[in-house]
Amino acid sequence: MEIWDLHCHLSGVPGTTPEVRLENLLRYADRMGIARLCLSMGMEWSYDPSPEKMRQENDEVLRALRAHGDRAFGFVYLNPRHTQASLDELNRCVRDGPMVGVKLWVAMHCNEPELDPIIARATELSALVFQHTWIKITGNLPGESTPQDLAELAMRHPQATLVCGHTGGDWETGLQAIRPHRNVYADLAGGDPAAGFTEAAVRELGSERVLFGSDAGGRSFASQLAKVHGAELPNRARRLILAGNLQRLLRPILATKGIRR
Amino acid sequence: MNPSPGQPWSRRSFLKAAATASGLTLVGQEICRAEALGPLIDVNVGLSRWPLRHLPCDEPGRLVAKLRSHGVTQAWAGTFDGLLHKDLAAANARLAEDCRRFGRGILLPFGSINPTRPDWIEELRRCAQVHHMRGIRLHPNYHGYTLDDPRFKQLLQRAAELNLIVQVTLVMEDERMMHPRLRVDPVDTEPLAATVKQIPGLHLVLLNALRTLRGPRLSSLLDAGDVCVELAMLEGVGGLDNLLAQTPTDRVLFGSHAPLFYFEAAELKLKESLLTTHQARAIRFENATRLFDAASPHRWAR
Repeated sequence: MEIWDLHCHLSGVPGTTPEVRLENLLRYADRMGIARLCLSMGMEWSYDPSPEKMRQENDEVLRALRAHGDRAFGFVYLNPRHTQASLDELNRCVRDGPMVGVKLWVAMHCNEPELDPIIARATELSALVFQHTWIKITGNLPGESTPQDLAELAMRHPQATLVCGHTGGDWETGLQAIRPHRNVYADLAGGDPAAGFTEAAVRELGSERVLFGSDAGGRSFASQLAKVHGAELPNRARRLILAGNLQRLLRPILATKGIRR
Repeated sequence: MNPSPGQPWSRRSFLKAAATASGLTLVGQEICRAEALGPLIDVNVGLSRWPLRHLPCDEPGRLVAKLRSHGVTQAWAGTFDGLLHKDLAAANARLAEDCRRFGRGILLPFGSINPTRPDWIEELRRCAQVHHMRGIRLHPNYHGYTLDDPRFKQLLQRAAELNLIVQVTLVMEDERMMHPRLRVDPVDTEPLAATVKQIPGLHLVLLNALRTLRGPRLSSLLDAGDVCVELAMLEGVGGLDNLLAQTPTDRVLFGSHAPLFYFEAAELKLKESLLTTHQARAIRFENATRLFDAASPHRWAR
């Protein structure tokens, strides 16, 4: 069963260069049977990156992709606080470069209007938009989005393809928040391998709206793959979650880049 | 693929099921390797109901079937009732009974003791003498005491005298996603090393420890006595490689935290890291067997 991992990073992996870090990540991916990784953000992260820092982190991902482009895809890291710089970076890395998606983290709540031009441009380019979300009882970061924020964004952009990163961590609430929005997909990555998560996601969203991601290197591939391998699911659903859905979502943008799989 | 209830698993059908469930490639080489690695002892499973959601394997019969299908030969089982129930005597009796009825030789009960409750010593006696348990499981954060509490030290001393394995659970779930009315902090292990040094004969297992316990504090705790950790909450890519670079292999046990966690998470960690056969066997069963034998009831009987 082919596996594509939606959600990987260069942090938490040994190595002093992006190329070496991706090589190390792939070494473990190979052991777990993971064929492709989606990478975003650089070797050292910033909650609220300046335009220069954004560019630096994206350059690191581009370096890694140049070394292992046959195994990895890139998502451009943007900061909606710098809207024009984000649009420029989106054009540089996706329209003119090899990247296939957008990564939005914790700089600003994703229901803010500053995101609108970014989402619109990403949609024109057929790029996936991955928005980190969490619902922390201990308190979110000031700009950290919730699945409810993403649901608002989804209503304003029904043509966009949006991924609810971590499904909000509190996945029971996250699934309910994104359930009505057919253009929002659930990312399984990054939380503990709590039994029942994947079954609930399939029950509430349908297997076509659930995506495997690991959040490696911070998380292990093992604990996150277990959410799919350990779930009580038909094999068809497992195939869709592990790779089929992501392949379907990426097909249009890969086609524009002349990449067939 | 699963045999019907009561139908025995053949070695081959078990291996096929385990390989399929865990995504392993079913080739002759994998089968040989799995057989060579021997038994699998899971020191961290729970029975009864998690208070906050229904879990796919929270019926003991289903849990046992799941564990068996993955080659688990022994599982040390606590009870989720031990977190919040006041009547731990009843909770422990149910645990012992469920292990007998459904365990079919796999489940070993580890009763819950709360040293802040009146006459907890009687619950401890029943665990050892009535239910013939080989160990106990503690939840200091749910029971509202810290590890410098003299009652905790007294409990460790009595458990050591009875030669019971003591499991201390540091967390049950990610504190960021707890129910707003059921929030507890992770257990602070800072006072533990000093206490362990004062109690000869104590066999201590820290459950769900590797989420919060790392680096020098982990090392000093392992150095303090017969202290082990298990891998249910170990994270990071190549997590076992990283852990074994700083931790003696003989202090690491296999633990899944099933059924609250997918069992496969722990199982796949053994695959993600490139373990030597020695390391794999130690983690899968040799370390737990050593601990189990050291806590032999013969010593208690004397």
